[in-house]
Parts: sequence; C-alpha cells; structure tokens
Amino acid sequence: MITGLGALTQDTPWCFSQVKGTVEIGATEADIISTVEFNHTGELLATGDKGGRVVIFQREQESKNQVHRRGEYNVYSTFQSHEPEFDYLKSLEIEEKINKIRWLPQQNAAYFLLSTNDKTVKLWKVSERDKRPEGYNLKDEEGRLRDPATITTLRVPVLRPMDLMVEATPRRVFANAHTYHINSISVNSDYETYMSADDLRINLWNFEITNQSFNIVDIKPANMEELTEVITAAEFHPHHCNTFVYSSSKGTIRLCDMRASALCDRHTKFFEEPEDPSNRSFFSEIISSISDVKFSHSGRYIMTRDYLTVKVWDLNMENRPIETYQVHDYLRSKLCSLYENDCIFDKFECVWNGSDSVIMTGSYNNFFRMFDRNTKRDVTLEASRENSKPRAILKPRKVCVGGKRRKDEISVDSLDFSKKILHTAWHPSENIIAVAATNNLYIFQDKVN
Amino acid sequence: MFARGLKRKCSEEEAPADPLQRQSLLDMSLVKLQLCHMLAEPNLCRSVLIANTVRQIQEEMTQDGSWCLPRPQTPGRAPRDRLVSTEILCRSARAGPPPAPDPADLASALQTVPAAQAPGVVPGGPWDRAGPGESRGGFPRSLDQVFETLENHGPGAVEELFSDVDASYYDLDAVLTGMVGGAKSGPEGLESFASAAAPPPGTGCKADLGELDHVVEILVET
Repeated sequence: MITGLGALTQDTPWCFSQVKGTVEIGATEADIISTVEFNHTGELLATGDKGGRVVIFQREQESKNQVHRRGEYNVYSTFQSHEPEFDYLKSLEIEEKINKIRWLPQQNAAYFLLSTNDKTVKLWKVSERDKRPEGYNLKDEEGRLRDPATITTLRVPVLRPMDLMVEATPRRVFANAHTYHINSISVNSDYETYMSADDLRINLWNFEITNQSFNIVDIKPANMEELTEVITAAEFHPHHCNTFVYSSSKGTIRLCDMRASALCDRHTKFFEEPEDPSNRSFFSEIISSISDVKFSHSGRYIMTRDYLTVKVWDLNMENRPIETYQVHDYLRSKLCSLYENDCIFDKFECVWNGSDSVIMTGSYNNFFRMFDRNTKRDVTLEASRENSKPRAILKPRKVCVGGKRRKDEISVDSLDFSKKILHTAWHPSENIIAVAATNNLYIFQDKVN
Repeated sequence: MFARGLKRKCSEEEAPADPLQRQSLLDMSLVKLQLCHMLAEPNLCRSVLIANTVRQIQEEMTQDGSWCLPRPQTPGRAPRDRLVSTEILCRSARAGPPPAPDPADLASALQTVPAAQAPGVVPGGPWDRAGPGESRGGFPRSLDQVFETLENHGPGAVEELFSDVDASYYDLDAVLTGMVGGAKSGPEGLESFASAAAPPPGTGCKADLGELDHVVEILVET
C-alpha cells in the first residue's frame, strides 16, 4: 500500500534506483524518449523514442537475499515500432516518433500494447519463447528433411528448454484514419475498443477491425479560417466504457457520453475555469492550453496540465477545479521570453500515483514536482547523473525567485530550458517512478527500510 | 537565453500597455507564423495558438486606434487581391492538389476509411476572398498594409526578413490560418514554376503565367 503522506516529506525520501540511456552529450535525437508507460501490474515499463523504437523493461523477481532492495528493471524487448514514411500526396515525411504507448490488460501469457506515431496506431504482441520442440521424425536437428525411407522408428517430439527469446510482432495496423497529428490513444475499459485523437477528430476503433473506425468527435469547422481551437488530449473513463474526456487548446475539458449520440459533438459536461481578469495578458490563452488530461484511478476526478499549473477537477463540478497546484509560477514573469524561444509550447504530461493521493509532473532543468493532495505539501526533485549513486537519496531542489539566493538554490535565470521533463510514469501500486530526461530514463523508488 | 531578442520589453506578464512592446510581440508572432509555414506540415496547435495571439493583439490595437486604417482602394486593387489569393492557391499546389472537397469530411460521415490519405489541410483555399476592401473585424486583410504599419512604427526585424519578397504575395488571413505552404519563396523561386504547372483553379493565374514565361525566357537564355 502506498503511504502517500510519507512519500513526499523529507522523512521518507525518494532514492535513485537506475538510469537507462547513454551518457554522452552527443546522443542522437533519435534516442530522445517521447513516451513512458508502466503496464497494469507494473511488471513492465515501456518507452518510445523519436526514432520509432520501443524498449520494454521488465522488473526482475525480488530475491530472498535482498529483501530490502526491490526488483530492478532490465531490458526485456526492443523493437522498431514505426518507420519514417513519406506521404506522396502532400509531399512530406511522416515522423516515426512514438507519441504514445498504452498497454492492454494482460489476458494470457503474452503482453499487448498500442503504440502510435502521428498517423498510424499499431497493436504489438510481446511474447516469450523459452522452449523449442526437438526430435522431429521428418526433419533432422538442423531442419533438413529426412528421407522417409530411412526412418525405422518413430518418436514423439519433446519440448526442451532454450534461452529465453522475447518476440514482438505487429498484430494490427490501424492506418489512414487521421488527417491531423495523433496526440492521444486510450484503451477502453471494455478491452474491446480504444480511441485515437488528433488535433480535430477522435476515432473509435475495435481491436479486431483495422479498416474501419468510427468518428466520435469532429471539431473541424466547415470553414477552416474559423478554426481557433484544437483537441490536445483525450482519455476514456477507467470504469465507464461509454464515457471519455477530451481537452482543448483553450483550456477546456469536455466529457462525452457515447450513449447520447453517435457523434459526440455535444458534450455532456463542460469544464472551464473562469479567467482571472487581473492575470490577463496576450499569453493567457497559450498558457491555458491543456497539454495532458488524466482520469484518477477511481474515476472520480480528472487532472489537467497547462503550462504553469496542474489542476484537479471533480467530475461533478464543471465551473472550476477543486485543486490548483503551481508547477513553476516563477516563469509567469518570463512568458515573453518563453514565447520567443518556443518553450511556452512545450507539452508537459502529468500522472497520478496508485492511490490518487499524489500527483506528479515535470518542469525544466530536469526538475520534476510532486504534490500531495492530502497534506498539500510539494517537493521538487531533479533527475541528473550527479545524483545517480545507487540508493542515493534525492535532495529536494528549490528555485530562488528573487532577492538573495541561498546556497543550494538555483536562480530562475540559471535554469536550463533545454532539459525538460515532459514524460513521467508512476507504478500502479508502488512508489516507483520513471522519469524521462531527454534520452535518459531514470527510475526512482521511495526508501524502503 | 533571456538576453536575446526583446530585452526588457516584455518582462511582465500583464498586457504590455506600451504600444512598442505590443508591436514587437506582433512582429515576433508574424515571424513565427511565417516560419511555421516553411515547414511542410505545420504543427496545427501551435499555429492556432499563435494566430489567436495575433488576432488578440490586433483587436486591441484596433480598439486603441493605433492600427493603421487601410489605405483607400485604388481601382486596380480589387483584382490584385483576387490575384493574390489565386496565386497563393497555385503556389500551395505543390503541397498537394488544389482545393478540392475535403475527402476527410466525407470520411467522418462514413464508417469506411478511405484507402488513400486525404489531403490533410485544404491548401490555400480555405480563406475565402471577401469582396474587395472588405475586412474582418476592422483590421486590414493584406500583409502589405501590416508592413505599412510596421514602417510607421520604425524598422523592425520583420521588414528585413521580407524585404526581398513581394509583400503582395501574402494575405494576413492566409498567414493566420497556417494553411499556406512555402509562402517564403519569392518570384525567383523555382517553386513558382512547379505551382504554375499545377492546374490553376482560377483565371487569376494567367497574369502570373505571363510573368513566369518571361522569367523562363531569361533562364533559358542563360
């Protein structure tokens, strides 16, 4: 069980566990991690990168000798999910970057996941083979056919152990359904359908059918010059297979019920916080654009991330969030510069812990933040190689806003804006987190006595 | 990072009351939109957000009265506006077929996904040409009028960027949609040949073809 309270205070700190990825500064752009996701048991951890590769890590079984140390994650499977494509009609290249990975719940020995780039979603099956048949009658050990006339006895082939082989095979390819760039995929709780969302449309798929999809949301205006708002993220309710939400670039969230009509252009609920007139500026809309939306595990709340804050909404209250957490409010006075260097368009994700008591999101300078919803305490931690000694306790970081800078603080102007943590993941039931820092994946655990 | 560019002009989040701050923000936004369009497939979310910001600034400038009124329409102006729009259609033809009924619209009504990829963004065309001189929301439609405004406020980086490009090729609306591809190429660019080769959707291209013939002549001779 998670003690959300303890996890955040200095009393029960977070420790470095592992880091994956290259150390060299000249790592290629293809290695930049673009998505991170634990599976439903937390046994597997998948990452996707800009080069279209998926790497799956598996947690090793905890040994009786080292009960104080939780299992480490080691590479389980690596495969090329998407390749760069060329769209001849529009004369442009389709990026192979993996935008999202979502796991299906495990129903047999194999693992299934969805991975998507800008245009195409694929269902991958990852399965193990640790035995192979030996003792065929008609083939010899090298596979060459034997002359039946030479066979005098019959034997039953047996399965013998072999070195574990993990194979990833593409089982379905869902293509040609998105005109715009896919930003989200979400598996439905019925485990039979899933949705994919692009800037203007959301499509519903059945896992078994690849040549058809149902369009359930379409916000493309008849006249494109009237376009002022796009879809930024979408997710199914964790328990109600008819309900989903999608967020927009204007900071709104719409909850839709697929039972109401086939095309869910009219929302069931509309979540929007009234604008604070005193804080209004030319950047207000851009910073209100929601970059990620996530249902809580309970299904009672949704969490949204915009440029400066994380907000928690109660599904029963549409007119304002129930909680707002400042991620890096010290950037508010720097918005013009952040607009100039395009950082203001960075899309940060956010995650819940298993008990919905703590939320986490990334920031700049390889900082990431956690907020305890019960104690209202928060902490800033850093993913860096310097703090990467085994089981080293992470020291909370602090950004100095002005005036005198204390010894361990860092001033706003010294922050490295090229080091951004956009993607993080939290183990479904334990205090283990995965943090993607450019091309490195950090795994942290809370300290176990 | 912060020292580059604007210095202290936008140090606060509040709406810059200073028209100079506002102007430089507008300039920066327009440059961003232009750079967007140089990409084959602009990020739609980003384009929309920047375009909305530009609209917001312009609305405020209009309310302030600091936006320059469009200069009186000369007799030749209206047809030239029409020429601009169809020219852009021709130019953007290289990014895809000229505006056709968007198959994606059909796809959303049907349940069967079309086999071929639908042209994502209807190139060029979506911005209807309103009648000559008609503007939306009270602010000027063509970018050359914007440039005049910039001139009045003093030279900016935007002007230098576009100094070698005929401003009449642009239309503010087209810029704001982010739908036009390759807008940067001037008349000397080879892209204009490619676009001329595409079936012109309107008669406005004929005048341009004459000009292109002339340029081809020059090239062939050299």
